[in-house]
Amino acid sequence: MMTAAVASASSSTHRQNIGEVILAMENISLAFGGVQALSDISFDVREHEIRAIIGPNGAGKSSMLNVINGVYHPQQGTIFFKGEKRHQMDPHKVASQGVARTFQNIALFKGMSVLDNLMAGRNLMMKTGILQQALYWGATQREELAHRAKVEEIITFLEIESIRKTPVGQLPYGLQKRVELGRALAAEPSMLLLDEPMAGMNVEEKQDMCRFVLDVNAEFGTTIVLIEHDMGVVMDISDRVVVLDYGKKIGDGAPNDVRNNQAVIDAYLGVQH
Amino acid sequence: MFYRENGQFKTSYEADQALFPIMQDRVFIVVLLLVAFVGIPLLADEYLFRAILIPFLILSLAAVGLNILVGYCGQISLGTGGFMMVGAYAAYNLAVRVPDLNMLVVFILAGLITTVVGMIFGIPSLRIKGLYLAVATLAAQFFLDWLFSRVKWFTNDSSSGSVSAPVLQVFGFRWDSPVEKYLFVLSVVVLFSLIARNLVRSHIGRSWMATRDMDVAAEIIGIRPVYAKLSAFAVSSFIVGIAGALWGFVHLGSWEPLAFDVNRSFSLLFMVIIGGLGSILGSFLGAAFIVILPLLLNQVPHWLGLPMSTATAAHFEAMIFGALIIFFLIVEPHGLARLWAIAKEKLRLWPFPH
Ligand SMILES: Nc1ncnc2c1ncn2[C@@H]1O[C@H](COP(=O)(O)OP(=O)(O)OP(=O)(O)O)[C@@H](O)[C@H]1O
Ligand SMILES: [Mg+2]
Repeated sequence: MMTAAVASASSSTHRQNIGEVILAMENISLAFGGVQALSDISFDVREHEIRAIIGPNGAGKSSMLNVINGVYHPQQGTIFFKGEKRHQMDPHKVASQGVARTFQNIALFKGMSVLDNLMAGRNLMMKTGILQQALYWGATQREELAHRAKVEEIITFLEIESIRKTPVGQLPYGLQKRVELGRALAAEPSMLLLDEPMAGMNVEEKQDMCRFVLDVNAEFGTTIVLIEHDMGVVMDISDRVVVLDYGKKIGDGAPNDVRNNQAVIDAYLGVQH
Repeated sequence: MFYRENGQFKTSYEADQALFPIMQDRVFIVVLLLVAFVGIPLLADEYLFRAILIPFLILSLAAVGLNILVGYCGQISLGTGGFMMVGAYAAYNLAVRVPDLNMLVVFILAGLITTVVGMIFGIPSLRIKGLYLAVATLAAQFFLDWLFSRVKWFTNDSSSGSVSAPVLQVFGFRWDSPVEKYLFVLSVVVLFSLIARNLVRSHIGRSWMATRDMDVAAEIIGIRPVYAKLSAFAVSSFIVGIAGALWGFVHLGSWEPLAFDVNRSFSLLFMVIIGGLGSILGSFLGAAFIVILPLLLNQVPHWLGLPMSTATAAHFEAMIFGALIIFFLIVEPHGLARLWAIAKEKLRLWPFPH
């Protein structure tokens, strides 16, 4: 059933060819006190590709995303982004380089409307000063309207027109996940990090989400790093897969190779090491 | 029935993002402004100006300032009284030491001085949250209490820290009578409420609300927490400082630090909580509740013809007042502004609720 969604999406738009390495993680190690969340992990992400990170619970997948966007600073290892070595960098700085993300536990601004959440996703691009905003008319109004038009495109794309004025706290879980994707997209990122975007969704919602992810990738050429537990989804939509287990990398490659990798099978079947 | 948006289709995002997108709201606000600027000056008596309208307006302004910090940015503050005090004494010192300065300039400078002080006391918010921040801002309140009662320079060497403001004079015109003072305060309050409203619907306002709702996520979409929090402290303090200067110059005339003690901070916090956190309108409703209700309650035994001593009446007043606050918070924790929104929603569907 997932394949149907995939087929329809990929037929509608032509996908951009996968390009050069845009993000390289080299020998990343991260520990929290005694817990080694990531040990000596290296992998790369190529431009325009959909790169999945999979692994059992507690494998370190979310930690890896947090390292990529600067929430956690690894004790060891180097990160190259767009060819440049990245030094310790705060999340807002990473955001300004074109990296957006969603969270495993939805992290929307619950008191704000869908529209405001998406507009906030573009805050980074808004430049008018505080005095201009105090006056509003003129520069600020023009800026707000220009960004509103962009945000409306995303609202249409995600088919959430009817809820644009609703406070997100009042929305059901599946829609919140969609709005969170919208907020990330609003920033027009070149790289999108998605932490279990389909977790807790029903089949229909999952299909929708798959379609959106594929469309984003195809239409805007956005590079996507995706954490997902649903193997069907991963096999269907990703170009390459990294497998983590207990903070170590145990597999890396095309979906089919990974599926047949003995270490990966063991990890998923819970074989004792 | 009368509050319908039917047929008012917005054909542009501009119309949708207008200050008051719904036509009835626009009419309402115009009528309200007409009543405030024309009707009330013609009708109200001196007592009403002095005891109710002027304090209500100034405290509304202070509540708007505080609401930006607490309601929009989620940074709790118990130092509002202290920041009003900074505004009042800053304006006093400027007016006394630089006598030729235009009073409008004095007020703006007093606001800016309060901005600086507010930002300094806002620095702890970069590290601590919630109750800890409340305690830190309470410390600011006590420090400012101490500063203005002990350091004689600020009070022009007066003994108890009590000072008298010169008569309010702007553009060669003396705003001396109650109605003149009222109009002056009203203009300032309308202006700054508009500014506050503009800020909260612009990107700086979204950065405050994002920080309030989920600071980690805010940072990840590129909002710098340092900037969001400190700018909220700055804007909030600026408005609170101006409210403080007005409170001193227009409402009190002469004052001492006690007029801006921690009780003032608490009552302002009540106003924004009862009125509605994160609502400009709520700041006004909350101020009305806190300022006007005690006065009304005070009159109740009199209206009912109950023979009651003033002391008993005062006790009753306090009890009923407290009970009402609790009642409102239970019925509608989101404050009066939310009740207002619900009422509008009902009215919009009335008489067919489906
Ligand atoms: N902030 C933190 N403080 C302490 N330990 C942490 C922190 N974040 C993650 N960990 C630990 O690091 C390890 C990896 O966690 P992580 O959340 O990255 O796993 P995950 O692969 O995303 O798991 P899941 O599938 O359950 O989301 C776990 O043992 C977790 O307890
Ligand atoms: Mg996780």
